Amino acid sequence: MKLKANVSDLTLRLGSGAFALVLVLIVVGIGWVLWDEARLSVAKFGFAFWSRSHWDPVSGEFGAFPFIWGTLYSSILALLIAGPVAVGIAVFLSELCPEKLRAPLAFITELLAAIPSIVYGLWGIFVLVPAVRSFQLSLPEWMTSLALFSGPPVGVNLLSASIVLAIMIVPYSSSITREVLRSVPVAQREGACALGATKWEAIKVALHYGRAGIVGAIMLGFGRALGVTMAVTMVIGNNPQAKWGLFEPSYTMAAVIANEFREAVEDLHLHALVEIGLVLFVVTLIINLGSRLLIWNITRDRSPKASPTPAAQPEAAS
Amino acid sequence: MNRRTFTFTITALLGLALGTGLAAQKIQINGAGATFPYPIYSKWFSEYNKLNPNVEINYQSIGSGGGIRQLTNQTVFFGATDGPMTKDQMLAAPGAILHLPTVLGAVVPIYNLPAVSAPLKFTGPVLADLFLGKITRWNDAAIAKLNPGVALPNLPVTVVHRSEGSGTTYIFMDYLAKVSPEWKTRVGVANSVNWPVGLGGSGNEGVSGLVKQTPGSLGYVELIYALQNKISYGPVQNMAGEFVSATVASVTAAAAEAAKQMPADFRVSITNAPGKTAYPISSFTWLLFYENPKNKVMSKTMVEFMKWALGDGQKMAEPLGYAPLPAAVVTMELEALKKIKIQ
Repeated sequence: MKLKANVSDLTLRLGSGAFALVLVLIVVGIGWVLWDEARLSVAKFGFAFWSRSHWDPVSGEFGAFPFIWGTLYSSILALLIAGPVAVGIAVFLSELCPEKLRAPLAFITELLAAIPSIVYGLWGIFVLVPAVRSFQLSLPEWMTSLALFSGPPVGVNLLSASIVLAIMIVPYSSSITREVLRSVPVAQREGACALGATKWEAIKVALHYGRAGIVGAIMLGFGRALGVTMAVTMVIGNNPQAKWGLFEPSYTMAAVIANEFREAVEDLHLHALVEIGLVLFVVTLIINLGSRLLIWNITRDRSPKASPTPAAQPEAAS
Repeated sequence: MNRRTFTFTITALLGLALGTGLAAQKIQINGAGATFPYPIYSKWFSEYNKLNPNVEINYQSIGSGGGIRQLTNQTVFFGATDGPMTKDQMLAAPGAILHLPTVLGAVVPIYNLPAVSAPLKFTGPVLADLFLGKITRWNDAAIAKLNPGVALPNLPVTVVHRSEGSGTTYIFMDYLAKVSPEWKTRVGVANSVNWPVGLGGSGNEGVSGLVKQTPGSLGYVELIYALQNKISYGPVQNMAGEFVSATVASVTAAAAEAAKQMPADFRVSITNAPGKTAYPISSFTWLLFYENPKNKVMSKTMVEFMKWALGDGQKMAEPLGYAPLPAAVVTMELEALKKIKIQ
C-alpha cells in the first residue's frame, strides 16, 4: 500500500519534472538555433552589432542599435500610456463598477485582446496616423522646436506606434490587475473601512496589498509590446534612426525581421536578421528578469509591518 | 505478402487502370518567387489547369530572394525573380539555370500635391536627387525647370519607399543607379537598400497608402497600383530625351529596343532603354528553370506550359497591367526552351 503510493508520487514528480524541463530545453534550444543561424553576422560584427547604427544590405554593413532604440522607446512609451489606464480600468471593474455593468465591461476589455495585430495596424493607418499628424501640425512653434516634439509632419512615427501598442496591451494588464485586486482578501478592505477609511483609502489599501501582482501585470504588457510586429510596422515609418523626437519615424526589431526576411538574398543579410532576433530574445529575457527582480524586491519589503505575499501573485506575474 | 509489396501492387494496378499514358496522370509542379508577377502567374496557372486538367502548377509568391534560395536548394521545381540572378548565385546552384522573361512591368514615380493637376515631369537625375534627400522642397529650381508654367507648392518632400525587400525596389534602384553616379556609389542596387531619407511602407499598398495620405509625398509603385488607386504619376525623361508616360505600349517599346541586343541568357536590364517611345523604368520578370532537371516529366510539362504562356498567355497580360513581350523576344525564347532537357 505504502509502496504503491510512493511509486505514484515518484511518477508524478518525475513526470511533471520532465515537462518543466521541456520548457527549459525549449528556451535553450531557441537561443542556440538563433545563435547558430546568426553565426556569420556574430563573427563579423561581434558585440559591436548592438551599438552599430548602420544598416546597409547592399554593402553588407549591419548594426542593431536603431532597432533596439525604436523597440524600447515605443514599448516604454506604450507602457507609460497603458499602465495608468489599465490600473484605472481594473480598479473601476473590481471596486466601483455596478454589478450589472461588470461582466459586459470586462468582456469588452478582454475582447480587445482578441483582435489581431494587423487590424490595429489598419485602424492606425486610417484613423490614428491622420489624427497624430493634425495634432502635430496644431502644436505651437515653441513646442515643435523642442527636441522631444521634432520630426516631419507625416503621422507615421514613434508616438503613433506607442499609442497603438498601448491600446493593445491595456486588456492584458487590466484583466490581470483586476484578478489581483479580486484576490485581495475582503478582510483587508473591511479592516480599512472599520478604521474609518474612505472608499479611496480602502482602494489604496487593496492596491498596496496587490502591488507586486500589479507590477507583474504591467510588465507582462510590456513584454507583449516588445514583440508586436504588424501593427507597429504599419505606423512607425520603418526608418532605422535613433532619435528622441516623438514625431520621428523609427523602426523596431520585430518589424525589420518581418520586412526584410522574405527578400534577403545574401547570407550575411539573413544572418544579421536572425541576429536581430537573437538580440530581441536577449532583450526580452533581460526585461523579464528585471521585472522578476522588481517584484521580488517589492514582496520581500523593507518594513516588516508590510503585508505578506498574496498567494495569487506569482502566477499573476508570470 | 507483406504490406509494402501489397501497397506496391495496388499502386501498380491503379497506375495501369488509369492508363499507361502520362496524359492521364496528375502532375503537380511547385514553384516560388517574385510577388510582382504573382497576379499574372496565378491567372496563367489556373487557366492552364482548365485547358489541361491533369497539370497543377502551384506558385508561392514568397519574394524573389526566397525564390532563388528555394530553387538553389531544389525544394521547388522552378523559381521566379524580378532581378536576374547574379553570377555568384548562379555558381551556387547545383546546375545550369535558364532565365526566361515572361512579361514586363513598369515602376512609376507617384506623388501627392493637391494643388497640382498637370502630371509633373521628372528626369532620372532629379528623381535620384529627390530620393537622396538633396532636393527637399517641391518648388526647387530643378523641378521648376522641368515643369514651366506649373505652380509648384512650397512643401517639404516626404520620400516614401518600400520597407521590405522587393523586386519593385530593385527595378527602381537599377534605374537610379544608371542615371545617377552618386546613387550608384552611395546607395547601390538591391532588393533592400539603406535609404538616405524617407518613410517605409509595406508593399505597394503601403507605399500608395502613405502617399495618398501625406501631402507633399513622393514614392514609387508598380504601374498597376498607381492606376488602380488613381494616384498621380509623372512621365519620366528617357535616354532619347523624351518625356514618356508609363503605358503598356511604352513599356513594350523599351523591351523591343532591348531585344536588339538581347544576350543569349536573357539576363538583361532594360531600365533607361534607348528609343524615343521607350519608358525608362521598365523591366522583365523572369521564370527560372534548371536546364537539366531530374524530373523529366515535369520539365516536359513546363516546356509545354511556357510555349502556351509565350503564345496565348501573353494576351492576358495587358488587362492585369503588365506589358506583353515583344515578338522578337518570344521567338528567341522559344528557341531557348530547347535547352531544357525533357528526356
